[in-house]
Amino acid sequence: MSRAHNPRVIEELRDRIAHLEGSAAKKAIVLPFGVREMDERLPGGGLSYGALHEVAGGGAGTVDGAAAALFAAGIAARSKGKVLWCLTRPDLFFPAIAQAGLHPDRVIFCEGDKEEDVLASMEEGLSFGGLAAVVGELVRLPMVASRRLQLAAEKTGTMGLVVRRWRRQTEASDFGNPTASTTRWRVSVLPSEALPVAGVGRARWLLELMRVKAGECAEFEIGACDAKGRVCLFPQSANRPDTSTWRGSRAS
Amino acid sequence: MPADQPLVVISKSGSKRWISAADTAARKLGLKVGMPASKAQAVVANLTMIDADPAADAAALERLALWALRQYSPVVAVDGTDGIVMDTEGADHLQGGEDLLISGLVNGLRGRGLTARAAVADTWGAAHAITRVTSAETTVVPVGGVAKAVIALPIHCLRLPADTIHGLRVMGVETVGELSAMPRAPVALRYGPEVGRRLDQLFGRMAEPIEPLRTPELVEAAKTFQEPIGAAETIAKYVRRLVGELTSRLETRGLGVRRSDLVIHRVDNTRQCIRAGLAKPVRDPARLSKLLCDRIEKIDPGFGIERLVLVAIMAEPLEERQAASSLIEEPVVDVTPLVDILGNRGQRLYRVTPVASDVPERSVMRVGPTADETGATWAAKWPRPSRLLANPERIDVTALLPDQPPAVFTWRGKRRRVKRADGPERIFGEWWLRPREHAAVRDYFVVEDEAGERYWVYRAGDGVDAETGSHLWFLHGVFG
Repeated sequence: MSRAHNPRVIEELRDRIAHLEGSAAKKAIVLPFGVREMDERLPGGGLSYGALHEVAGGGAGTVDGAAAALFAAGIAARSKGKVLWCLTRPDLFFPAIAQAGLHPDRVIFCEGDKEEDVLASMEEGLSFGGLAAVVGELVRLPMVASRRLQLAAEKTGTMGLVVRRWRRQTEASDFGNPTASTTRWRVSVLPSEALPVAGVGRARWLLELMRVKAGECAEFEIGACDAKGRVCLFPQSANRPDTSTWRGSRAS
Repeated sequence: MPADQPLVVISKSGSKRWISAADTAARKLGLKVGMPASKAQAVVANLTMIDADPAADAAALERLALWALRQYSPVVAVDGTDGIVMDTEGADHLQGGEDLLISGLVNGLRGRGLTARAAVADTWGAAHAITRVTSAETTVVPVGGVAKAVIALPIHCLRLPADTIHGLRVMGVETVGELSAMPRAPVALRYGPEVGRRLDQLFGRMAEPIEPLRTPELVEAAKTFQEPIGAAETIAKYVRRLVGELTSRLETRGLGVRRSDLVIHRVDNTRQCIRAGLAKPVRDPARLSKLLCDRIEKIDPGFGIERLVLVAIMAEPLEERQAASSLIEEPVVDVTPLVDILGNRGQRLYRVTPVASDVPERSVMRVGPTADETGATWAAKWPRPSRLLANPERIDVTALLPDQPPAVFTWRGKRRRVKRADGPERIFGEWWLRPREHAAVRDYFVVEDEAGERYWVYRAGDGVDAETGSHLWFLHGVFG
């Protein structure tokens, strides 16, 4: 009984597990969000490089993936180096991505005809090594494919970001199926920040951390990416407007 | 010389002088190939005549074939005196498919002042016949469609000697279909085995390998096997060995590869090719062999491979660069290896760059993945949607004219009440690009519905003057 509570034994066991996982040699390098409340929910204090992260939209965003792409672009913008963006549907409007801080010179697009091409290109990009992040827009992410991507990312320390977008809103239940990605996020749009005058203020998102390895789920209300790709936390005020209507309309 | 001046080329055989080629202006005046020169002079006053120079023609055709070898396909050869034949298998995907390959080829030649006809078919004979008979600039015969495509063609396109053709005509044979329906033995007895051979080659019953054009300056490495090989690992092993040999030869000349071809000779006398292109000259054996070995699964070894040839079809001087030596200098990551790998798999790679245009769909331009970095970005004044619809979609809108944002709109069958809106952002048509846009106006609004979903909508027209647009509303983008 006393042995189980011995912190040294626990530490030793952790070391052995980490050694078995193969990442013992490398120290986990992370990309913090710069928001304390978010970073402390993530192991290591931020999104780890050398891992696969999944982002999906909520509601109508499951189809267009507009907010999810912007969220991924913000993460990529804060990393350093070139970014490979793999897709099949070329409807991304880059001026908006540039407004999230990702310079057009940093992004190489790779357009394929099939989903499998995107997976293959992502794996090639992740195992190449010299890139900061590899973003892929995918409908399906099977377990085997995600494990391959995760292993390729672990090997080189490149961050993999998968933007999930489906053809129909009803297909989004696929997001519940397990994958090997390290974190899984869902970004849903919220009514924008109220302005003292008429107009649309800074966009706000409901960011759900649905799954994280060695961590717990969380929800944040954040302000969308600014010109440097940073997000900010909106205080969860007690007298916020009634949001039951949009909460009900989101696809689960 | 003015373009409308008729021009003909005169050939000589013995004392006979006749027209061997005529340009469009001359043909319009009634001059024909084969007409005696004196008769042509009688028909057209002050006709420009040039003496034919077959040696120079052949040299020019060979230069053209070399150009095609570098640009289009690993196996290119001169076909007769007036054509080029190439094996596009395994090379067409780099140009976006067979259609795009030959239309690009014909357009490229037209840009250089040459008129050409091109055809893609399963066999050399069929492509040869179709280009010389049909008037269409480009023809693509679908796989397995050779028999249907050539059945009505006249027999003079069969690459047979002129007296054989004449003899067959005397017998009343006019088309390929009639000839192929005749019993083989009597025809062979009378005209020799050549007729049957050409027919078999035309229909693909007999292999007809194309001997690719080679010049002394091409760097090449080859390996002939005593026993045919077939296993993927064995092919990979020898490809690596050939790459090593090729790169060491290139090193002595100070060159790097831009495009390399692996030609696979099979035991059944057919050839296959794998072409690997590179964004910058490269002499790194590991990179080259990865590009080639990546595509080994595309090789069908059949009964075995007896010979592998690796050619550096396009080689350029390689500039040596010193690696970052100081600790302060940030190492610049060269992404060209990745670009090469993905590009050779047929993925479309590009970067985007801003264009000075207010019209959203024209403000983004694609450039090559390794194009120079300009550092330019869009002047971020107003929010832009992260997804832009390729075609703006009609929406039903209730809005106050002339400059109020919509109060309610219906998009894809769903009615949305607008809670917040921003606008209008007026964008004028670019009349200096398209005259139709002289008065065109679009008024863009950012609208947010009750659920917080933000959209980019616009009204065609300024809301007052009907000349500026139809006053219909469209949804153009989705904000994140």
